[in-house]
Amino acid sequence: MKPEALLHPTPAGLFCPIGRFHVDPVRPVERALITHGHSDHARAGHAKVLATRQTLDIMRLRYGEDFCGEEQAAAFGEEIDVDGVRVSFHPAGHVLGSAQIAIERQGLRIVVSGDYKRGIDPTCASFVPVACDVFITEATFGLPVFHHPDPKDEIDKLLTSLKQFPERSHLVGAYALGKAQRVIRLIRDCGYSEPIFIHGALAKLCDYYVGQGIDLGDIRPATIEKSSPDAFKGAVIVGPPSAFQDRWARRFNEPLIAFASGWMMVRQRAKQGGVELPLVISDHCDWPELLSTIEEIGPSEVWVTHGREEALVRWCELKNIPARPLHLVGYEDEGD
Amino acid sequence: MKPFATLLDRLVLTPSRNGKLTLLADYFRDTPDPDRGYGLAALAGGLDLKSVKPAMLRDLVLERMDPVLFQYSYDYVGDLAETISLVWDGTRKDEIDDEHQPRLSEVVTRMNSLGRTEVRSAVRDLLDKLDTSSRFAFLKLVTGALRIGVSARLAKQALSDMSGKDVTEIETLWHGLTPPYEPLFAWLEGRAEKPVLATPAIFHSVMLANPVETGDLEKLDPADYAAEWKWDGIRVQMSSYGGTRKLYSRSGDDITGAFPDVVGSINFEGVIDGELLVGGTARSNNPTRTFSDLQQRLNRKTVTAKMLDDYPAFVRAYDLLFESDLDIRAESFLERRRRLGDIIQRAPHDRFDLSDLVPFTTWDELDRIRIAPPDPVIEGVMIKRKDSPYQAGRLKGPWFKWKRDPYNIDAVMLYAQRGHGKRSSYYSDFTFGVWAETPDGEELVPVGKAYFGFTDAELEVLDKFVRDNTVDRFGPVRAVRAEPDFGFVLEVAFEGINRSTRHKSGVAMRFPRIARLRQDKLPRDADRLATLTAMVEAREG
Repeated sequence: MKPEALLHPTPAGLFCPIGRFHVDPVRPVERALITHGHSDHARAGHAKVLATRQTLDIMRLRYGEDFCGEEQAAAFGEEIDVDGVRVSFHPAGHVLGSAQIAIERQGLRIVVSGDYKRGIDPTCASFVPVACDVFITEATFGLPVFHHPDPKDEIDKLLTSLKQFPERSHLVGAYALGKAQRVIRLIRDCGYSEPIFIHGALAKLCDYYVGQGIDLGDIRPATIEKSSPDAFKGAVIVGPPSAFQDRWARRFNEPLIAFASGWMMVRQRAKQGGVELPLVISDHCDWPELLSTIEEIGPSEVWVTHGREEALVRWCELKNIPARPLHLVGYEDEGD
Repeated sequence: MKPFATLLDRLVLTPSRNGKLTLLADYFRDTPDPDRGYGLAALAGGLDLKSVKPAMLRDLVLERMDPVLFQYSYDYVGDLAETISLVWDGTRKDEIDDEHQPRLSEVVTRMNSLGRTEVRSAVRDLLDKLDTSSRFAFLKLVTGALRIGVSARLAKQALSDMSGKDVTEIETLWHGLTPPYEPLFAWLEGRAEKPVLATPAIFHSVMLANPVETGDLEKLDPADYAAEWKWDGIRVQMSSYGGTRKLYSRSGDDITGAFPDVVGSINFEGVIDGELLVGGTARSNNPTRTFSDLQQRLNRKTVTAKMLDDYPAFVRAYDLLFESDLDIRAESFLERRRRLGDIIQRAPHDRFDLSDLVPFTTWDELDRIRIAPPDPVIEGVMIKRKDSPYQAGRLKGPWFKWKRDPYNIDAVMLYAQRGHGKRSSYYSDFTFGVWAETPDGEELVPVGKAYFGFTDAELEVLDKFVRDNTVDRFGPVRAVRAEPDFGFVLEVAFEGINRSTRHKSGVAMRFPRIARLRQDKLPRDADRLATLTAMVEAREG
């Protein structure tokens, strides 16, 4: 059978007509398989949702009890039959609970990788390569310019800056799901044991990560009494980047804005965002990781979803690997 | 190379002066010789390094990369040096560790020892041996495009911060030393005596004046002071000795190359303090031209024959520091001026004249003279104690500047943008406009931008207005409500106004700042563009 008969793009997202399900649909559908909890992949309002236990928990935290009609948890590696299509979930290494989804029928296997990375991340299970005929990859950082450095070197920059500017509050921008917890964990792994303050928007997810056995050390809410504006002198505060341009940031002493993101690789991106200390820490693959993953899995065909499809497709052409962009819309890199 | 690259990465993104000083001082303290000296030279604009053409860099990268993938990358990043620094590794994943990278001094020495045909392979080899951020620094250095918002003055201030030595002392030495400045660092760190300079044709820190403030003059006897016009050019120092002739800006930047007309006419030895202007000297009976004409000649490395012809430069001499190699800075102002007069008398008439003294007997009389100067290029008067020695820095007492009052207009806030650093959560950069006649009737046209002048409390008020009255957003910029009967009127003060082809309104202000918030006024009461145009015309005489 042709791969397109098993899975093809539609305006609502990737659709499997035989199993009658969508993968990471951007509109409410009858049955959704969700790779991970970022809001552009996991949306509320589907009738049935199949995802990992942790992704389901995260969706409940973000959207409330009635985030879907009916939920079903998939364990990693477990084979599930959905209307005659064999479906299994495998770790993607992106954020807690993130999975690739293998879809198989009559000896044809397609793997939807969702978002993934290959680097070590103590806050989630590592990516497992799954042999397949069609590998569907993201391309968020699908340009030869993206080479993510060792995240610990990036955290060292933050710790150096804390020593150089001990009077300034260091505000570290990190998205609420995954990046924030990973950054806090990395800071701990680099030997920093002072309290880390967090913005209110991070509280629920940090609590959830801690409940899942990920030690974040002493984290406290970044709330303040009006009488002590110096309380955060030299402290590390983690929050969503949008909050730093808001009135919220005024409570801090001479704030120094850092931002943990793969986009920080490009200086102009950092400059435009008013970031003083860019930390290149990404939950996506960089260019060499995308290429080595494709070479390692060795699929007979590559489909590229969101990001910079054209460069990755071009590279596949040069390597004689059939590839095509899927031009899916609605995925906006919330996680980086 | 790594420490220098790390410093650059931080400097580019650090807006505050104090933040930059901390980063620089830490770098100078922690980096060994001779690397820090070359780093200092690169920052202060004194590094001599073999340059590489962008076309060669592009060739090098395409030797090992698909041109289509390179083009995608370049389109995305937008800067050639940065693109190459990022894509150079290709698919290599392992980082190069810091200890095994070439040092900045090694890079400089190697590049400068290369023959013409060796450059290409040496650049390739260096790019291979450096990590991403060091590659970026290297490429910026060899393409001569190091734009990081650090002036020579700031770098010297950092040396002062790191050592506790006075910055004027460092400036006095500066132009007699060359990279990598090892004797300078040895002295700064207290390991050696102050370096002795071989030639006096170097920059000597200038003497500065304080503005006249209320009550300053009443205590002083006018008979003790002389006055001269304050010309609206740039303050310079001419230094000539033993065949070496140099022109320095007030902060000690060497601008000799941009003014061959002036430097080539120097026929004396010594160090003269004066004002660089364009137009004709008083002795040639041609008018002094405006600051905007002078601007045509500023910030250039070289100058065309046409520029020399259209905008001839000259120096109006204020003071004499060295007469030949004799240091006369301890003599009185009047005595130095007498000797200066003799030198200028014998100097070419079309390039040098002596600043006139302005006779006066009372402060009130001088005030009247100051308010109505005889030439539009005069921006006030200088008041100097007749017996004052020439002392570097800004001492209070011997010299004052008494400027013509600033201009003022009432304008309407049109756009606001968030500030940087401490102000990143405030809308603190304001574009303001005045009413102008357009085919569609009277409309507000932008005439300038101001981001200081207000107090912290006033900033809260401005910021709240912006947040409550945003009507549109363009990236980081917000447009605010500005209608005849609703909007925010700002009293804007500025030092001067010129014609401008770059601004839609046709005028450009100098040093605009927000003098007062005029919540008592409505936008309909704000000024008209005609008021500004009239100011320009008055200024042009």
